[in-house]
Amino acid sequence: MSGFLAVLVVVLIFVVIFQIAKASEYVSILKGEKKARQQNNRINGFLLIAFLVLGLIGVYYCNEAMRGKILGEAASEQGESIDNMIMWTLVMTGVVFVITQVLLFWFAFKYQEKEGKAAFYFPHNNKLEVIWTVIPAIALTILVAIGLRHWFRITSDAPKDAMVVEITGKQFNWLIRYPGKDGLLGSKYFKNINDATNPVGQDWDDNLNKDDFMANEMHLVVGKPVKLIIGSRDVVHDVGLAHFRLKMDAVPGIPTTLWFTPKFTTTQMKEKTGNPDFVYEISCDQMCGVGHYSMRAVIVVETQKEYDKWAAAQKSQYELAHAAPAGNAPAAPAPAEKPAEDTTKKTVAANLNH
Amino acid sequence: MSNEATLHSHQQEATHGAVAHDHGNGHEHHHEDSFISKYVFSMDHKMIAKQFLITGIIWAVIGAGFSVLFRLQLAFPDATFPFLESLLGHWAKGGHISAEAYYALVTMHGTILVFFVLTAGLSGTFSNLLIPLQVGARDMASPFMNMLSYWFFFLASLVMTASLFVQTGPASGGWTSYPPLSALGDASIGSKIGMDLWLTSMALFVVSQLLGGLNYISTILNMRTKGMSMTKMPLTIWAFFFTAILGVLSFPVLLSGFILLLFDRHAGTSFYLSDLFVAGKVLSNEGGSAILYQHLFWFLGHPEVYIIILPAMGMVSEVLAVSSRKPIFGYLAMVGSLFAIAILAFLVWAHHMFVTGLNPFLGAFFVLLTLLIAVPSAIKVFNWLTTIWKGSIRFTPASLFSIGFVSTFISGGLTGIWLGNSSIDIHLHDTYFVIAHFHIVMGVSAFFGMFAGIYHWYPKLYGRYLNGTLGYIHFWITLVGAYLIFWPMHYEGMAGMPRRYYDYSNWESFKQFVELNKFISIVVFTVFATQLLFVFNFFYSIFKGRKLTTTNPWDATTLEWTTPIRPGHGNWPGEIPEVHRWAYDYSKDGKDFIPQTVPIGPDESKH
Repeated sequence: MSGFLAVLVVVLIFVVIFQIAKASEYVSILKGEKKARQQNNRINGFLLIAFLVLGLIGVYYCNEAMRGKILGEAASEQGESIDNMIMWTLVMTGVVFVITQVLLFWFAFKYQEKEGKAAFYFPHNNKLEVIWTVIPAIALTILVAIGLRHWFRITSDAPKDAMVVEITGKQFNWLIRYPGKDGLLGSKYFKNINDATNPVGQDWDDNLNKDDFMANEMHLVVGKPVKLIIGSRDVVHDVGLAHFRLKMDAVPGIPTTLWFTPKFTTTQMKEKTGNPDFVYEISCDQMCGVGHYSMRAVIVVETQKEYDKWAAAQKSQYELAHAAPAGNAPAAPAPAEKPAEDTTKKTVAANLNH
Repeated sequence: MSNEATLHSHQQEATHGAVAHDHGNGHEHHHEDSFISKYVFSMDHKMIAKQFLITGIIWAVIGAGFSVLFRLQLAFPDATFPFLESLLGHWAKGGHISAEAYYALVTMHGTILVFFVLTAGLSGTFSNLLIPLQVGARDMASPFMNMLSYWFFFLASLVMTASLFVQTGPASGGWTSYPPLSALGDASIGSKIGMDLWLTSMALFVVSQLLGGLNYISTILNMRTKGMSMTKMPLTIWAFFFTAILGVLSFPVLLSGFILLLFDRHAGTSFYLSDLFVAGKVLSNEGGSAILYQHLFWFLGHPEVYIIILPAMGMVSEVLAVSSRKPIFGYLAMVGSLFAIAILAFLVWAHHMFVTGLNPFLGAFFVLLTLLIAVPSAIKVFNWLTTIWKGSIRFTPASLFSIGFVSTFISGGLTGIWLGNSSIDIHLHDTYFVIAHFHIVMGVSAFFGMFAGIYHWYPKLYGRYLNGTLGYIHFWITLVGAYLIFWPMHYEGMAGMPRRYYDYSNWESFKQFVELNKFISIVVFTVFATQLLFVFNFFYSIFKGRKLTTTNPWDATTLEWTTPIRPGHGNWPGEIPEVHRWAYDYSKDGKDFIPQTVPIGPDESKH
């Protein structure tokens, strides 16, 4: 009923607007084309300048309203240089934005048709055109230079002492593998994958795999560089790290890497943001199917001591897989896996069933 | 512009009647005009233009309507709307859009708007209408191919429509349809039969584009009237020319990408597939590269955005010159910048792929080339600004939409400088910042160009005017609404909020935007309703609009206004007029305007 009423109201508004429009067309015919045009010019000229002024105020207002809602300080060293790049670009494009928009609407307002004032025949001027070819070219060269300096630093090889974590995307969660005490990841092959005991397809004959362990959350050490080895089991995903200002696709068959140095522990970020529920989140940033929006994992950044304690408590996937009943009942998922998978499925299901 | 055209008296003109091809004189139709041949399988470029336009309008309402539905979900993720169940059936059980339906809507919104509306509806309409009329030809080089071009588009439309009604739903992997998601029915319900229909429809669409594009190019190169040298062509024609070249060179690459995808789907090949474990099963595919598809896709995908925006640029240049009663500033620079954009369009595709694991060194070249595009774009903006400077501007709806175009092109173009720089893209890629950027620069701007074109050339299409007051209302609500919708999205993107999310409420990092999303959606509904007002104006005015009393309602110089109010097939009843000057002699030597057909006077000033 209320839907019907809403439609009725909209239709009514349409009819009213249409009647006004039709009437004003008749009026303009009666007034004569010239007079009607003058009136239209006056009204629209005024609206253009009003739009400019209100628009610029709106930009300022929007900025004030959103200030606290975007991310705040970057949480990684790489993120700082990205924020720095954004600042440079914002200043340059911001200046150009204001100047050109002001000129556009000001010119439109100022040079509206007026009686006895003819337009100025001005087909070209080489000097002007050279100026506004060269200046943007220089400005852009500067931006490219700064940008590429940051880009090469961000994408350079990870430092030797970086810890290594493997993250594998699947519909619809993340599988996180640590190399264990030896610091080396064991080899894997996709045909070994089974969801019950071997989610990423580790090769159990490889001794390096014996101490690799899987985790539901990614634990990182503050101030210590980490190199992510990123892959996917099914479709293209993307490891999105908003607070660290980074992301990298997870492509099946083609491993990618990304490294960064976290600056603040999760606890520090809770204080910094004033949000007691703060967590670092990994979001999937590449459309990967129906559960794309729920493909979430949490990163815990902590001190070395806390990390060591956590790592020591983890059981290797080898142990878990081989502790399972000899029959390898497919219905028994590895305990370490269970919580992450279940919550995701539940959220998807819950949202599907609304 | 050079005015050194050979001087021909009107008597001499008669000799070039030979230029007219086999259609002969327009008013003596030598083929029978049955209903079918006039309105359905028409070979008249003007009727084909109308067919493209009206099909495009229908698609625009559907495609934008889809965005209204998914904005409903984003604004009110917990609410239920019973009407949605009546509309979408099991895709919206209990009045709540399912995630599957959400992704299908998002995908179809993108596909429809990018290809069917802004490519076929925009360039198809105006290339068809304006190329023969403005270069002085009786029709396209091949009217028959031109007709086929529309009907292939129509077939593509039918297949796409059919895909909306299959049980497993239409394609739902995003308009880019990246494999493996789009290759495997087990990975997504939309990748079942819906994806095959999507690929078939797109293949038909590519055929339509090629038939059209080849025709536009050969018409512009070969069928210009006497005196119409390339440098005397209006900028609209230059824009359509480069658009057609871009399409002809890049659409085949897209088609090849689609064919490989079809092979992977049905022939057991592994072009894009490797190392997969899907739906509990190991797949046997090995050795393919999912990234290969992205290269093939974006090799069209990036020129595609210029295919969309160049025609809008051309029309805006024309409308701004006419309505400010001034020549377009820097005609040659305008042509040169179109050319530069067309070349660079082919060299920047990998900026869509900075975070795919692309070699960073290779990425650096794409950064450089991408930011280089800002130079010709800047030239165009400054030249438009100088065009209206010291003009005598008449604010018709067309000129307002042109001014709006320049404004949104600046706003959206500048954020391109952000995203083109890989060290910013690595944070903003696939966030709402990208949505804001491309909607403003190629969505809103292209639509503004299209609206400018429709309001300006409607009298040529139908011999009547659109209602001006409705036009002003349409413009102002759309301009303000577009900024209100897309401006705040930049901030969502800065917070890293990913695009294509069905629901943000479980995310600690993104849930602060609930209220903002509500606000944006409400503006979307208003702007959509306003577009319906325009659609009503369009169809109402075909039958009831104010009639034209003069052949040249805007006092323009170009050739289309030398035809009768309702030109027949063949465009000019007598000889095709000869051209003596460029298209932009406004306010020269104290004369308001001098049509292109007027010979250069003995004491006319040079410029």
